Amino acid sequence: MDAIVVDELRKRYSDVRALEGITFGVRTGEVFGLLGPNGAGKSTTVKVLATLTKPDSGRAEVAGRDVVREPNAVRRAIGYVPQSSGVDRDATGRENLMLQGRVQGMSGRALESRVGEMLELLGLAEAGDRVVRGYSGGMKRRLDVGLGLVHRPQVLFLDEPTTGLDPEARAAMWDELERLAEGESLTILLTTHYMEEADELADRLAIVSRGRVVVEGTPEELKQSLRGEAVEVELGDGRAAEAEAVVAALDGVLEATVDGRRLRSRVASGARAIPSILSALEAKGIGVEAVTTHRPSLDDVYLHYTGREFAAEDEQGRAGDSGGNGPR
Amino acid sequence: MTIAVRHTWFMVGRQLRNLMREPIWIALLLVQPMVWLLLYGQLFKRVTHLPGGGFGTTSYITFLAPAIVIMNSFFGATWSGMAMISGLDRDVLPRFLATPVSRISLVVSQIVRSALIAVIQGAIILLVSLALGVRVHTGVVGWVVMLTAAALMNSAFAGLSQGIALLVRKEATMIAIANFIGLPLFFLSSTLISIRQIPHWMQIAAKFNPVNWGVIAAREVVLPGTDWNSVGFHLALLFALSVATAAFATWTFRAYQRTI
Repeated sequence: MDAIVVDELRKRYSDVRALEGITFGVRTGEVFGLLGPNGAGKSTTVKVLATLTKPDSGRAEVAGRDVVREPNAVRRAIGYVPQSSGVDRDATGRENLMLQGRVQGMSGRALESRVGEMLELLGLAEAGDRVVRGYSGGMKRRLDVGLGLVHRPQVLFLDEPTTGLDPEARAAMWDELERLAEGESLTILLTTHYMEEADELADRLAIVSRGRVVVEGTPEELKQSLRGEAVEVELGDGRAAEAEAVVAALDGVLEATVDGRRLRSRVASGARAIPSILSALEAKGIGVEAVTTHRPSLDDVYLHYTGREFAAEDEQGRAGDSGGNGPR
Repeated sequence: MTIAVRHTWFMVGRQLRNLMREPIWIALLLVQPMVWLLLYGQLFKRVTHLPGGGFGTTSYITFLAPAIVIMNSFFGATWSGMAMISGLDRDVLPRFLATPVSRISLVVSQIVRSALIAVIQGAIILLVSLALGVRVHTGVVGWVVMLTAAALMNSAFAGLSQGIALLVRKEATMIAIANFIGLPLFFLSSTLISIRQIPHWMQIAAKFNPVNWGVIAAREVVLPGTDWNSVGFHLALLFALSVATAAFATWTFRAYQRTI
């Protein structure tokens, strides 16, 4: 049985279309990543699945329950870790966990021992009785995850679990999540705009762009779906559009796009394509600063399926976000 | 219903525990009423001798003390929405909304927390007044009435404040609105001076001012010649207003949920 079924969800906030028929399924026990830039609709999808907001149309089921018709059944079955920390900073870690367990219907000895176990599991045993205000960013985030797990949910939603953490804390968090995913036999849906994060954590992932899934598969499948190699050329001057046209027309070049002064292309063979790319550019008098080649990364996958640079759209997404649409 | 009550209790407990961790807060909140009681009360102590009277006592501090309990409760209430805004700013509220927690408990607990604090502060103000020589004419019953009036006064405006917080969702706007509502209602009442001493139009306005309802109820039980009908009537008015503003806050909470 699928732990999460998302079928043709649509949702708009006044004039912003957040979801445009997003569809995917998550199998029980897997870690599924929704990857995409800010504003692509990842968080809105999670909010619909966590029963925080209702879709305009479409259907979604979590743990076999419909999110619109049986929200309370869904709420008992899920843990939700919001994008910005939802911990009560004026309370201790233990108090936070106790309260969360209580509103999920736990009580007494069972709750106390579960909370102790969670603090241990999250490496917060020492800090459990200190006020959260004094926690580091990573500790706070781990407590957030603990709040999502205290009542032993079937499905855990992690909305951008490592955004705002420094690289060290992020790596530690990844280890933590991998451990939890194994130990608690959970289904995890995580959203991220970090390629490495999706690559590292997700069993399968869907790339989301403008409110719909553009491609779905394991990270390996997605990378292998792109034949050949990626060649990146740093251009010396501003004639990027011209360079793109020249390179795209070459034999052995599967696709080419520019981003500022960077020309990215996918080629059948790097060893054969690089000389012809360089000579074609030279013939036009376009200067080249540097050339690199690598196996296709998820970045290239994203570029291929959306036709846009990940980082570039990210900026656009942010600009759109500040335009005053519903979700903060 | 029992779930809503239990969850409200959990939420109030959380907030009070947090507050107890910084009791300096309650002390700070008491400084202002003490200034009114001790300094203002001394400064204007001869005001009770004004021709026209209407104070019901020659001791200005006796006249003032019950009104300060109400004033403190009122101002506390107008600010209570700030806690809601900080819960929205961090994702504390959304985190709870993804659980089966009773929705209404999230709003009502804020009002109950605010009213409880007002009662605790009110009791402290009354104890200080007692030390300053204020005598409550109706005794223990009077204390109960004053603290009830403080609780109702507070919940009436805490409901309004929560509702406004959920609508504006910005601290700066909230501060502006609290000031805009707070000061006029405070001055358009008999808090500081006998109703007979203020201009006629203000007397009329005061009749419709909930702050004045609370002041009347609290003052009646302190001064001799208590009019119990008036006490009951004004407490009933405050109760009705509390129900109305709690309904308003719940409605704005639903509106907020639609914007998530």
